[in-house]
Amino acid sequence: MPPSDAPDTEEPQAGEGQPQIVFDKVVKRFGDLTVLDHLDFSVEPGERVTLIGPSGSGKTTILRLLMTLEKITEGHIQVAGEPFSHMRRGSKLVPASEGYLREKRKSIGMVFQQFNLFPNMSVRKNVTEAPVHVLGLPKDEANARAEELLDLVGLGEKIDAHPTQLSGGQQQRVAIARALAMRPDILLLDEVTSALDPELVAGVLDVLRQVAETTDITMLCVTHEMAFARDVSHRVLMFDKGRIAEEGTPEKIFEDPEEERTKAFLSSVLDNGH
Amino acid sequence: MQFLIERLPLYLDGAWVTIQLTIGGCALAFVLAMAFGILGSMKHGLPRAVATVYVEVFRGIAALVLMFWMAYALPLATGFQLNDVFAAILAVGLNVGAYGAEVVRAAINAVPRAQIEGTVALNMSWFQRTRLVVVPQAWAQMLPTFGNLVIELMKATAVAYLIGVTDLTAVADQMREATGETIVAFSGALILYYVIAQVLIFGMRLLERRANRKLGRTPPGGAGLFALLRPPKTGTKVGVAQ
Repeated sequence: MPPSDAPDTEEPQAGEGQPQIVFDKVVKRFGDLTVLDHLDFSVEPGERVTLIGPSGSGKTTILRLLMTLEKITEGHIQVAGEPFSHMRRGSKLVPASEGYLREKRKSIGMVFQQFNLFPNMSVRKNVTEAPVHVLGLPKDEANARAEELLDLVGLGEKIDAHPTQLSGGQQQRVAIARALAMRPDILLLDEVTSALDPELVAGVLDVLRQVAETTDITMLCVTHEMAFARDVSHRVLMFDKGRIAEEGTPEKIFEDPEEERTKAFLSSVLDNGH
Repeated sequence: MQFLIERLPLYLDGAWVTIQLTIGGCALAFVLAMAFGILGSMKHGLPRAVATVYVEVFRGIAALVLMFWMAYALPLATGFQLNDVFAAILAVGLNVGAYGAEVVRAAINAVPRAQIEGTVALNMSWFQRTRLVVVPQAWAQMLPTFGNLVIELMKATAVAYLIGVTDLTAVADQMREATGETIVAFSGALILYYVIAQVLIFGMRLLERRANRKLGRTPPGGAGLFALLRPPKTGTKVGVAQ
């Protein structure tokens, strides 16, 4: 079924005290495979939410939908009280155009599992090109912002290095700086330590802890790093087969899970040395 | 040998015309290849169709016939007489540009999806993404094949003598007619074509090396100027982003 263009009667009104992200009966199918199955959830401004669950449970798809890298099959997504997956046309909601998505995704940044740094640019350019060309920031200002952010991630002296001269952990820290340089309200973290050698994981997580402590950016984080999830998140969502199997505070989910699926998942992850 | 040395200035004049044809043809082919290659890589059907028409039409026409048409048929059809050198440049440029467009399209399509997703996450527009990320990365992948096309184009300019352009081939032929020294006359042209080709290959490898260095990779064949004289080792990855 194509995305519904029926009028949305339950659309929240813009204003204070509303969720920043709302998933409303979101369905995502790839061919016959249903990855998200009528998913409902919302995230408050400044909230840090960790998504856990077995692979294939749809966690990454949620981030990719928010980054507009995928299109939803059914349902609606709202961000900051505005339609996100759809746009208003008269009194109707129709699937969002590329121009609309471009306007709406301004407030969202993403860090990828494989970093996705641009190999044709120095570290500096990686962090400054989008602020200069997309946000229209003057070069000096973008440079100052890049220096500040690279200092924050502990790579101030690597600003003129080439991405291939950096370790995986350093590349990922540059990718975090690159995402932050766009001043996002929402930061999506997609298994940001999964591609790293074990000894490099801690450095990246420290940077993210610091970001969590010093900013009020809303964070959605897919990770297998349970200690990190417990430290930084306000809420943990356990996914299974495209639905939320269980949710709660990190203490609740990690210490006293109710669902068998959560218990089974946590013990399998902990057995793997995480 | 004496024969050649005495007539070297004439040969060099011819070679200079060949070089002009090559530079003109390459410039035209490059612009066409980039424009139609980028169109061919777009998501929408219309620009892709435009690119396909250009590529299929000019790949399917012999450069020689195209040149004859522009030199002899166009004036009859339109009353507009093209300069011979310009007709030759148009013919080889349009022809090689069609091959080049396919190279550009393939190289752009080979840029990893993850790189495109990186540009979406930074909210770049199609134009920004193409200019800042896609084409610079595809460039290194285009160059080895562009190298071949440049040599092909240079050799294809030899047909220009058939519409009366005094290029290197024309000079050799005049030499043969005037002196009857067939072997020497054409050997001179062979050597000069070879020298021009070597200079072009050297230049293209230099560009390739620079492009690879920009992507943070050791150039194929290793560092050092001598490496440019050797072909890349087998199994060398060329122009593939990480």
